[in-house]
Amino acid sequence: MRVALFVPCYVDLIKPEVGVSVVRVLRRLGVDVIYPEGQTCCGQPAFNSGFFDEARAVGRHFLEVFERERFDYVVCPSGSCTTMVSHYYPFIFKDLPEERERSEGFAERVREFSDFLVNVLGVKDLGARLEGKAVFHCGCHQRRELGVLDEPYGLLRNVEGLDLVDWQNEELCCGFGGTFSVKMPDVSTAMADEKIKALDESGADTLISGDSSCLMHLEGRLRRKGHDTRVLHLAQVLDDGKAG
Amino acid sequence: METRKPARERETDDRRDEGISSGVEGFNDRARRAVADQRLHDSIEVFTHKSVAGRNAVLDALPEAPELRERAYRIKQETMAHLDRYLEQMADAVEARSGNVFFATDGEDVVRYIGDLARSKGAKVITKSKSMATEEIELNKRLEEDYADLDLEIVETDLGEWIAQLAGDTPSHIVGPILHMNRKRITEVLSRTAGEELPPDVEALGSFARRRLREKFLTADIGITGANFGVAETGTVVTVTNEGNARLVTSVPPVHVVVMGIEKLVPCFEDLSVFVRLLARSSTGQKLSVYTNFITGPRQTGELDGAEELHLILMDNGRSKLLGTEFEEALYCIRCGACLNVCPVYRQTGGHAYGSTYSGPIGAVITPLLKGHDEAKDLPYASSLCGACWEACPVGIPLHDLLLKLRNQQVEEGLAGKAQEIAFKGFESTMKRPVLYNISSRAGRLAQKPLEKDGSMRPLPGPLSAWTDSREMPPLAAKSFRELWKEGI
Repeated sequence: MRVALFVPCYVDLIKPEVGVSVVRVLRRLGVDVIYPEGQTCCGQPAFNSGFFDEARAVGRHFLEVFERERFDYVVCPSGSCTTMVSHYYPFIFKDLPEERERSEGFAERVREFSDFLVNVLGVKDLGARLEGKAVFHCGCHQRRELGVLDEPYGLLRNVEGLDLVDWQNEELCCGFGGTFSVKMPDVSTAMADEKIKALDESGADTLISGDSSCLMHLEGRLRRKGHDTRVLHLAQVLDDGKAG
Repeated sequence: METRKPARERETDDRRDEGISSGVEGFNDRARRAVADQRLHDSIEVFTHKSVAGRNAVLDALPEAPELRERAYRIKQETMAHLDRYLEQMADAVEARSGNVFFATDGEDVVRYIGDLARSKGAKVITKSKSMATEEIELNKRLEEDYADLDLEIVETDLGEWIAQLAGDTPSHIVGPILHMNRKRITEVLSRTAGEELPPDVEALGSFARRRLREKFLTADIGITGANFGVAETGTVVTVTNEGNARLVTSVPPVHVVVMGIEKLVPCFEDLSVFVRLLARSSTGQKLSVYTNFITGPRQTGELDGAEELHLILMDNGRSKLLGTEFEEALYCIRCGACLNVCPVYRQTGGHAYGSTYSGPIGAVITPLLKGHDEAKDLPYASSLCGACWEACPVGIPLHDLLLKLRNQQVEEGLAGKAQEIAFKGFESTMKRPVLYNISSRAGRLAQKPLEKDGSMRPLPGPLSAWTDSREMPPLAAKSFRELWKEGI
């Protein structure tokens, strides 16, 4: 099994340890991991702001970089960036037959990390250990567009020592929303506060998500409020809670 | 570490109006005030929590719900594809039963038709049951202004709408118009109307409203309603209510006027059954609303009730220009309010922040479509695009995708502003050139050094202050993933 890693730009630049954990976990499962070095960003910030031409230009670059490589799957530790490629590339290229076909062919082979582990490799238990009481926040693209919800929960339930608890309104968006977080900062922050209130009520000491962007937003707010809640990406948990 | 008050207690800081947040001030300003209003937040939470829980419970108990949703979408798709034919069929059927039909291009047309009708009937009192279509065109205000000489008394008879009218307020939710008011405020409004202090209990307030409204029901010369559906094959107008006021509005006065958006049509009763099963469930968590009224023309010979005259106004007001476009799905909406209840933005801001008749995700979509971007430039951005609206919509309208298309339309029309245009040109230029990406990330690491403190960024200037005003920002890592990969993982 040969996997081409798609590392979101903010993971590359701000949370590289998440990418490192993905590599470790995949290698432990015998996967041959490659990293196409020409990759940058999937173009989502431009797309979400309505700049479709700019998103298309970045999308074309993405397709070219990955099409140069030989792989069985592209794996990405973000439900949101996976959705951009698998769902929204066909959307922005819908009137361009050649690129539309290329992006649709790609869509099937781009998989979110937990989706790949569970549904492609058939792995349910990674033998990971992590002490703590945790809640899981599923990013909205992963929950609704990809429908990959049971997969991360299943993997986390098999982590030894981890007490995974329910929290209020767990389906609510964290309020990040890309440029929404700076265009509508008050609403965005109030949405984070609602999540943090539920987190507090759950008694959890650890917040886990499959999307580092949601985590960056929630962690940014948690720290500002003086909370020391541990914040981890799913890949880090499956890599025994390593922070890098 | 600096600790700050939560957003809702914090005094606001207007630096954020500059830079990237320009162009979204209308919603932002109102939203900022709403977010700081804890009482409003509590009211919204009570209402939306109850609605969502009720909706989930009744839909979970309906195994065919996903199939109904699919059918509802297909029926609307088919109806819109042949809307001209169905409108003609509807009009013919109503006229065949001696009803009057009027096609209104816009709100002006509706106001003129009803004003002239009121004049010809010598009407003094008009009762209304809840209607978003008439809110959309500000019918009451326009009649009172344009036909001031008639000295009309127009009375909303849905309890919530009536209280809003008495308070000089507008609805903040499609289904729960005064969810933003608490009991204290409602008691104040009704006490002022009663001219005496009413006790703040539901029974006393309800009984005062019933007494006062009954006088109006019995003296009304014209009754005006909206329509939840129009059944083209029979010419039947369907209203779905819980208070029974619509029955008094449609059957006591001699004249009944229906103001119906042209998108409310369904081809036949079989199709209607799909929507009736979905509407109350999605809206209020009921299997059926208390009253589902079917009105097919005015009172016929030998019938015991119904208005003597029926006037059906089929209102376009910007709708037909969406037919056949990428925005047509916006016309599939049945105004159940489910998208408002699940929307995390609406839940923080309430409806008035949207500054339009229709709020929440559907309001953010149809307001710019019906009124133009100039009237609602900010609304397509009033969403984190989480998709909860699409998931909740009983007709499966991809509301968040429509918001994206609206954002794109603004960009194409040059409405996004120079700052954003430059920013995203720069984004494109960097992201399609790995060399530039690498140089920028190294430059960023150098540039951030003086701004970094204890593993977090200091408050940042300009547009980035929108983030750091309320949240810590992590610095760029000492080594990027690609550098670690090169070194060997």
